[in-house]
Amino acid sequence: MIFSLLQRIGQMLFVMFGISLLVFLIFFATPGADPAARIAGRNASPEVLEAVRKSFGFDQPMYVQYLTMMKKIFITGDLTSFVNRGWKVVPAVMDTIPVTLSLVFGAAILWVVFALIIGIVAAATRGSWIDKILMMLGLIGISMPVYWLGEVMNLLTQSRYHDTWLFSWVPPLGYKNFSDDPKGWFLTLVIPWITLSILYIGLYGRVLRAAIVESLQEDYIRTARAKGLSETRILLRHALRTSLVAFVTLFGLDFGALVGGSALLTEVVFGLQGVGKLTYDALLNLDLPIIMTTVLYASFFVVMANAVVDILYMMLDPRVRTA
Amino acid sequence: MLKVRKLSVTFRTEQGMVQAVDHVSFDVGEGELLGVVGESGSGKTVSLLAVMGLITDPNAVITGSIQYRGRELVGMKPRDMRALRGKEIAMIFQDPMTALTPVYTIGWQIAEQVLAHEKISKAAAWQRAIDLLAEVNIPNPQEAVHRYPHQLSGGMRQRVVIAMALSCNPALLVADEPTTALDVTVQAQILDLLHKLRRNHGSAIVFITHDMGVMAEIADRMLVMYAGRVVERGTKEELFLQPLHPYTRALLDSIPPLTGEKPKRLRAIPGTPPNLLNRPLGCAFAPRCIERFEKCSAEPALGDGKNAAACFRVSA
Ligand SMILES: Nc1ncnc2c1ncn2[C@@H]1O[C@H](COP(=O)(O)OP(=O)(O)O)[C@@H](O)[C@H]1O
Ligand code: SF4
Ligand SMILES: [Mg+2]
Repeated sequence: MIFSLLQRIGQMLFVMFGISLLVFLIFFATPGADPAARIAGRNASPEVLEAVRKSFGFDQPMYVQYLTMMKKIFITGDLTSFVNRGWKVVPAVMDTIPVTLSLVFGAAILWVVFALIIGIVAAATRGSWIDKILMMLGLIGISMPVYWLGEVMNLLTQSRYHDTWLFSWVPPLGYKNFSDDPKGWFLTLVIPWITLSILYIGLYGRVLRAAIVESLQEDYIRTARAKGLSETRILLRHALRTSLVAFVTLFGLDFGALVGGSALLTEVVFGLQGVGKLTYDALLNLDLPIIMTTVLYASFFVVMANAVVDILYMMLDPRVRTA
Repeated sequence: MLKVRKLSVTFRTEQGMVQAVDHVSFDVGEGELLGVVGESGSGKTVSLLAVMGLITDPNAVITGSIQYRGRELVGMKPRDMRALRGKEIAMIFQDPMTALTPVYTIGWQIAEQVLAHEKISKAAAWQRAIDLLAEVNIPNPQEAVHRYPHQLSGGMRQRVVIAMALSCNPALLVADEPTTALDVTVQAQILDLLHKLRRNHGSAIVFITHDMGVMAEIADRMLVMYAGRVVERGTKEELFLQPLHPYTRALLDSIPPLTGEKPKRLRAIPGTPPNLLNRPLGCAFAPRCIERFEKCSAEPALGDGKNAAACFRVSA
């Protein structure tokens, strides 16, 4: 167990190294393009270009360039955006991380809790009208585009019904730091959390129901019945427990992708300065250092989330543990 | 202790009604081993699942009467049935590879059953699991309780399933082809084990198999099933020495000889069992029967005696 764990972590570090190398090559070693010109931005003066060349070591061999780059991102943290005139990239990205993490963590808690409830209730009442209604609602949740849903939410809570008792508590759009104003942090995030989680509640609820219903056909469920266990215990301890593997795998992938920037649309609709929004803005200005840093950050996060999933997987399924 | 009368199980399917069990009656006495034999599809499993209250298919209709120590099981409240199941009546299944939940240790799974029925501490339930594993000859039980099903061979898993079935000292044990999925040497070990456990626990056993050779070793009395019905019953000696029903005789002919050279191919019974969807009129075995005559276009009844067969050659 310990050995497989260490092995998995080693593997993760190796993949991260590979990704950083790949990203570096794509950004700085694409033939026929001068990286200095791209970093400096459109219409840069020759002096700026020269400064970029010096600062990134473009007159030196490739491996030195790679090491300089990594040092700027991970050690000294003094990577500078030239498009945005001397803006320090690493702190800018660091500032957005808590925003995205707050958004995604809160939504993840909502979606796991509600998907578990929906999946378990639907599986327990399979075939009945309760099951049918829940699955229908799930399908509706899946088919609503998050951007559209966010706009509707804003329309309801920010303008149309803002002054009614129902939504008067909703603060204006934007993000408040948890350490400055915990209550404001929570209130500003409630609507974004709901908006982001609805899709996943529908999806995970349906996936979980299907997995439980499939488990209930297994021979070991018949054994559990023959043991004289209660239906509730059979459902929760045997059918649900063996269905969690699929659930956790899916969760890790989606969670990693969202923290890595896929929450972009939700961030834009609700004016949250998160990783997705930062990348989006940087793409509009062609701000290369920022794009590179967020791409690295995002892929590292996805890789880490995958490693966590695999480790959870080992804990959930004894067959993987010893394999 | 167990008295089954006119038990019928019918499944509604898209093609029509499948009568898997048709007016089956039998008794099991205290401590007795009743063997139920018949080709695959003859309704052995379904009749005993009905006894266990384990037919969960919503399209199944169960009629007749099943009395266990004077209590009627057909239509019993699920709650009462659960209290009985696993405690007084336990079951061993055919395929040990899939019968255990993959994510829990075997000790946990045995203790779970004990805790469901008895008010004892977790530590005591765990100790019981260790003792049971020792009783079914699993080496090193102290350590084996911590193993997961996938870490054990098929034979070992079947021992675990047996240990689990015995965990609450059931008065009646239903074993549905417990050795069919195992290879021959392991089969013999499991049969020996069941012998020993029967002596120690005194449970009555209903043992299902399609293998007459296995029956010869363990049964006290036997029931021969064909197409959802009982076609012959009697003691093991009666059935083996003086089989009445042509089907029983055909089954006996298909046993490989114990001594001498094994024939290249066993004499399987020619033909196939009838389709349960539209069962032909008359004796269900008629199309395959070498002793068929005019009367066989009517339905032969099974007599009431201790040794009886549903065949016109016998009761004519
Ligand atoms: N849930 C079900 N729905 C429809 N038919 C079933 C169902 N379960 C069993 N049967 C049918 O009942 C018959 C008897 O099966 P079974 O008792 O398993 O036979 P055996 O154990 O003697 O091999 C088979 O023909 C099978 O197809
Ligand atoms: S009743 Fe007739 S067909 Fe049926 S088993 Fe007896 S002899 Fe054969
Ligand atoms: Mg069977």
